[in-house]
Order: sequence, then C-alpha cells, then structure tokens
Amino acid sequence: MRPVAVVGIGKTAFGAFPDRTLRSLAVEAGEKCMADADVSPSQIEAFYLGNFAGPSFVGQNHLAPYIAGSLGLTGVPCTRFEAACASGGSAFFHAVSSVAAGLSDIVLVAGVEKMTSRSTPEVTEILAGAGDMAGEGRAGATFPALFAMIARRHMHQYGTTREHLAAVAVKNHANGAKNPLAHMRKVITMEQALGGKMIAEPLTVFDCSLISDGAAAVVIAPLERASEFTDRPVRILGIAQTSDYVALDAKADITTFWAVHEAAEKAYKMAHVSARDIEFAEVHDCFTIAEIVATEDLGFVKKGEGGWYVLEGRTCLRAERPINASGGLKAKGHPVGATGVGQICDVALQIRGQAGELQLNRHSLGLAQNLGGSGATAVVTVLGGM
Amino acid sequence: MSTGVIYTETVVHAAPAEFVADAPYQMAIVSLDSGGRLTARIKGERVKIGDKVELVETREGVEYFTKK
Repeated sequence: MRPVAVVGIGKTAFGAFPDRTLRSLAVEAGEKCMADADVSPSQIEAFYLGNFAGPSFVGQNHLAPYIAGSLGLTGVPCTRFEAACASGGSAFFHAVSSVAAGLSDIVLVAGVEKMTSRSTPEVTEILAGAGDMAGEGRAGATFPALFAMIARRHMHQYGTTREHLAAVAVKNHANGAKNPLAHMRKVITMEQALGGKMIAEPLTVFDCSLISDGAAAVVIAPLERASEFTDRPVRILGIAQTSDYVALDAKADITTFWAVHEAAEKAYKMAHVSARDIEFAEVHDCFTIAEIVATEDLGFVKKGEGGWYVLEGRTCLRAERPINASGGLKAKGHPVGATGVGQICDVALQIRGQAGELQLNRHSLGLAQNLGGSGATAVVTVLGGM
Repeated sequence: MSTGVIYTETVVHAAPAEFVADAPYQMAIVSLDSGGRLTARIKGERVKIGDKVELVETREGVEYFTKK
C-alpha cells in the first residue's frame, strides 16, 4: 500500500441555513477544498460523497454526480456512501483505500447534509431509520432514546453520573464558542447543562448534538505527490472501518462500542502507535454519553472511567489530551453526512497549525473517530504531520 | 418470552413523528428469561434496571411489558 496524505481541506460553516440548498453547501466546501490544494477539477480522478439521507431530507437522489457536475467534475467515478452518521468517514475510508491501492491518485471526498428544512419530529423519524426499524424503531426508539439507554446502563455498571454527561457539554460548548464555523457559539454552565429540557431520560437537550446543515471536503493524494499541492501535507498514518449489529438489543454489552474498539486497534497497528501516543482527538459526540464511551473504547482511559476523565478536566483545550477542541458535534453541529469528513478537516487544521484561537500546544499526532447509528459502523483515522 | 428483567430503559419525551401522540412513553431492552433481548414498551408503572417484568400485550407488532 502507498502512503496517502490529505493535501487540501474545506468546510462550510455548520448551522441552520434556510436559504441554502444541499448542493450549494457541498459545492462551497468542494471549491474551498480544491482552492486550498490548488487543484483544478480536471485533475480530480474520483469523487466520494458521504451523505446519510439526502433523498429523505430534500428529495434528491443520485447525489454524487449531481454535486460533482456542479463542481465541474465529469467523466470520473462519483459515488455516494451511506453509513448513517459515519457516512462521511466511510466515504473517506474508501477513498483512502483506492489511493493507497494505486487505483487513483488525486481524489476529492465530500460530506454533506441538509437537515433543517424538516420539522424536528420529521428529522427524528428520518434519523431513527439508521436503527433497526423493524425492532427498536417499531417500539418507538429515537436516536436520543438509544443513547439514553446506553447512558442508563453505563451509569448502572460504572457509576457514571448526570454531572459526567454535563461536563462533556460544558467543555465542548466552551471550545465551540471559539470556532468561527460552529453552529452554536455559546458557552454554557454546568447548571444550564443539568437543567435542560428532557429529550429521553436521562438525556436533556444539552446532551444532544444539533440538527444542522453543512458540508466538508478534503483532497487526498499519494504522499509522494503531496508536494505538488501543499507544503503542509497531513499523513494518513492509520485508518480502519469496522461494523457491528445495527440493533442495540443485539449487542452483548451496550456500554462499549465494540466496532470503535476494533477500528482503533487496527488503525493504531497500521500507524505503529498506541492510544497513549495520541495527542488530541476529534470524537463522535452525537450525545454526551457517546464521547465518554468513545474515550474508553479508543483506549484513552479504562472502561468505566470516561465520566471522571472529562469531569476532572483532563480533556479540556489546555489539558493532557484535548478531546473535541473544535467543539465537537455538540457545539459545532452535526450535519450527519458531513461530520466524518469535517472531523478530518479539523484534525488536519490542528496538525497544520492553523486552528487559530483553538490551536493546541501538542498537535503532531491526532485521531478522528466517526460513529454510525448506535455503533454499527465505526471509522477511526490516525493523522500526523511530516 | 413472556417474562424477563430490565437491562436498560428510558422515557422518551421527544418522539418521532409517528409516535408524538404517545409521548412521554417508557421503553426498555428486556433480557428475556428464555434467552436473548428484546426492545419493547413499558405499560403502567415506571421500571428501572433489574426490575422483573412480564409481557401483557402485543399490539401492532410491539410488545408491552409491565412490572411483575
């Protein structure tokens, strides 16, 4: 396999944009990204798109060539990847696989979701489709409900508390307030986080990520050609995508995302690193409990200690291992299909030393973790500087 | 599959479009005494992890359990 690098990144702001279409968001991210890599559409050999539910949210299918055409890209393979909230990560994984295998050199990967044109109950129903609709969905499960049941069990087995969950929200909002592209740039207090409107017990509105519109894109290339496009290539040192059962009740232990654990092990092995080497990470905090479980499954702390890890401040911006310096899905927003690609942009921005007010002190080895559904798809990527 | 123990549970306040009229409702994953787990609705008194429950009704393909 050939070493592969990220040579260009581009993101739209995440937020509620009633006057923007899905296509215009994806095109903005794609154009920003190609400009960043100083690459023209004629040089792009393939287009990989992460999108969860464009057909349901905006009634448009055949999305990859639909967007590619507007970017001036024709005559190349254009494919949409759907893996629930890991759609972006999955598109990225398959794009990297293709370049690593030598099938193509210069590849554009984008992720996009346009969610806010639907009402909250409609969005809730569309998102529920990432679960087992014939089982848990029929019983009335929403995604907050599935993660609420994970939280309840985690609390029962390990003593995790409401304060632990709230600490994730407080930290990520503090970071997001400094991110110019974040959906919600608002600092919140522990009292606010604990007193939010109940969504699915014990999760309040402050435990849930946001319903957002947005897009993100990256250009990848073989490392040996990276200098044609950038003087700051970001190396993809390790990457893995894994799977598990879609239905939560089919998993032996719902307090662990087994697929994340497996993907991390593979990615660490490929990168020749271990969890303790990772200096910072962007993890999939679709709900506060998901960040706690992810920090455990990635091996940053022992199983069951994730709540204390965040409450003690060990994952803050200036702490030993900053988690979600960007604000995470919680504050940055979660345009589902864009999230996995956006995480790669955020990690790359840190490694390139361009994260502004959010720039971390140690930023040479970072990790991105993208989760689909209640853990049926996981993508873990280890990224590093030169 | 008529009896079991609550493995985990939640009370849903923000429901999907189809179930808005039911909210708030409690749902749970039940560890069945006969083996395996099932996601179901809870009828009547609220339950917590470890509570024993029994199947009282199956309606529109959804199992309803109640505290024993």
